[in-house]
Amino acid sequence: MIQFILRRSLVMIPQLILLSIIVFFLASAMPGDAVTGAFQNNPNVSPEQEEKIREKFGLNDPWYQQYGRWVSKALQGDLGMSYTHKQPVTVLLKDRLSNTLLLAGVTLLVTYLIAIPLGIIAGRWQDSWADKLIVTYNYVSFATPMFVFALLMLFVFSFQLGWFPIGGSVDIRAEGGTFDYYISKVKHLVLPVLSGALLMTYSTIQYLRNDIIDTKFKDFVKTARAKGVPENHVYTRHILRNSLLPIASFLGYEITGLIGGSIFIETIFSYPGLGQLFLNSIMLRDFQVVTALVMISGAAVIVGTMLSDIILSIVDPRIRID
Amino acid sequence: MKELEQQLLEEKRELMAREKKNNPSFLKVVWREIKSDKVAFISFILLIIILMTAYISPLFIDEASVKRVDPFNIYNSPSADNWLGTDDGGRDVFGQLMLGARNSFTIGIAVTLLAAIYGLTVGLIAGYYGGIVDNIIMRIIDFLMVLPSLMFIIVFVVIVPNYSVASFIFIMSLFSWFGKARLIRSKGLAERELDYINASKTLGTPDWKIMLFEMFPNLSSLVIVNMTLTLAGNIGLETGLTFLGFGLPTGTPSLGTLIALAKNPDVISTKWWVWLPAALLILVMMLSINYVGQAVKRASDARQRLA
Repeated sequence: MIQFILRRSLVMIPQLILLSIIVFFLASAMPGDAVTGAFQNNPNVSPEQEEKIREKFGLNDPWYQQYGRWVSKALQGDLGMSYTHKQPVTVLLKDRLSNTLLLAGVTLLVTYLIAIPLGIIAGRWQDSWADKLIVTYNYVSFATPMFVFALLMLFVFSFQLGWFPIGGSVDIRAEGGTFDYYISKVKHLVLPVLSGALLMTYSTIQYLRNDIIDTKFKDFVKTARAKGVPENHVYTRHILRNSLLPIASFLGYEITGLIGGSIFIETIFSYPGLGQLFLNSIMLRDFQVVTALVMISGAAVIVGTMLSDIILSIVDPRIRID
Repeated sequence: MKELEQQLLEEKRELMAREKKNNPSFLKVVWREIKSDKVAFISFILLIIILMTAYISPLFIDEASVKRVDPFNIYNSPSADNWLGTDDGGRDVFGQLMLGARNSFTIGIAVTLLAAIYGLTVGLIAGYYGGIVDNIIMRIIDFLMVLPSLMFIIVFVVIVPNYSVASFIFIMSLFSWFGKARLIRSKGLAERELDYINASKTLGTPDWKIMLFEMFPNLSSLVIVNMTLTLAGNIGLETGLTFLGFGLPTGTPSLGTLIALAKNPDVISTKWWVWLPAALLILVMMLSINYVGQAVKRASDARQRLA
């Protein structure tokens, strides 16, 4: 077990290095550097002086030296300066990270809360009208682009019905810590979360339904029935125990989906999170922030995939042999 | 003697004809499958109508006049002149909708084709050679698959010099072949163990010929199924990127261009004719393609067929 975890974690290291190299090269391909950014439109700094500063900060060094410096700085928590916000990138991220984590966490939770019961119902009562309805929902949710769905939700529930706020993460008038503040936070979360979660249920429902239909007629389930185990217990104790846990193995892909989705969702609901920061920064050509965000998101997915592999190996020992 | 020969030949011909009837071509099976599924059939007809309108109507629409800015007719509501009103530049929404649908679909097809070529090449090589080649390729694909591709596409769109429709198609296809390669590789690994491949190898047929002319035809139905299913996803991604402002360059309308106007709260709340038709058109197109795709998928697997 420990051996597997160690081996799996070791695989992560080359992946992270590869990611950092790709991101580093993308960053150097972006027009402008820290110096042009910092002294943009500053008449007191001549191009010669800029060149001197570049020399001083080592921006004319060969790429591997620059790369090494960039990595060691990043590992110490220094991700550079944002020249549009005139702030260290880490400070900029801190405020928004909690917003995005909240949105992503709740979305994932709601996804499972919707998908798991629906998957179980569809699998257990295969070909019933409920199953047919769920399968149709699954087709539709798979085909619907998230940005179109989110816009329609915003249009119907915020603009037409006026049930929810049209954007932001919290009412600016609400005072931090009060009851109203939390209510306002929840209200601001409902639409973004539902827009994401209702479309992310696809793989979980699909997997659960198929797996339950497969397991339903296996020998150990027949044995349980033959022993006289009530039908409900056959499902909760015998079938689900086998079918539910592998869902954890989708976690890595769910995180990729959440990161992509957050860019759309946060833009549409003007939710102040990392996705919105990413888009704004790239529009303002604030590449220090962009680089940091791409690196963080990539690392999050790599770590997420590793975690889901480890969870899966705990649940299903057969995987460890590989 | 001659009569007997004639008779035998006749019988052989008949046998071949029957064989042909019993083993209809893949397209025929697909068509039978679509006809037997009501939803897929309606989707298919709907899709044909949408595509015919989108590809034929631009022949009658004057592109220049659709794109011309008319400051005196901004956000007109639908009328006899402008069936779906006008947008923020006084341009006809209906004309843009048709041009957008055509562009979005064409780009979706182009990306799907390009991605299929990359996926096929990499997948066939990994599947055919197996062993260490396969191992290295799969490690790389595993890594690429978890990358936040949306972010990477956006970054590429920004840093590519001389950005154009062609470079956009190239960037998008660069990030959408991983799943395909993996699928083809797993089928290819099973295929390479079969006798006909071994026979060809023994005869000394070059590897690329075996891959291209022997392995590939046996995987083609798999590729077609996967392409129809990813086509919808690619159209969704293109319109989504254009919606965010990182898709088609300005001047090339996409369905996403019209929907992007809904980012303005005034437009989304009071000027439905600008963005809602495009949003609904995308929805209908994606659903139709997916339903047809599901029928194609069932047709490729005899156990799942309805017909």
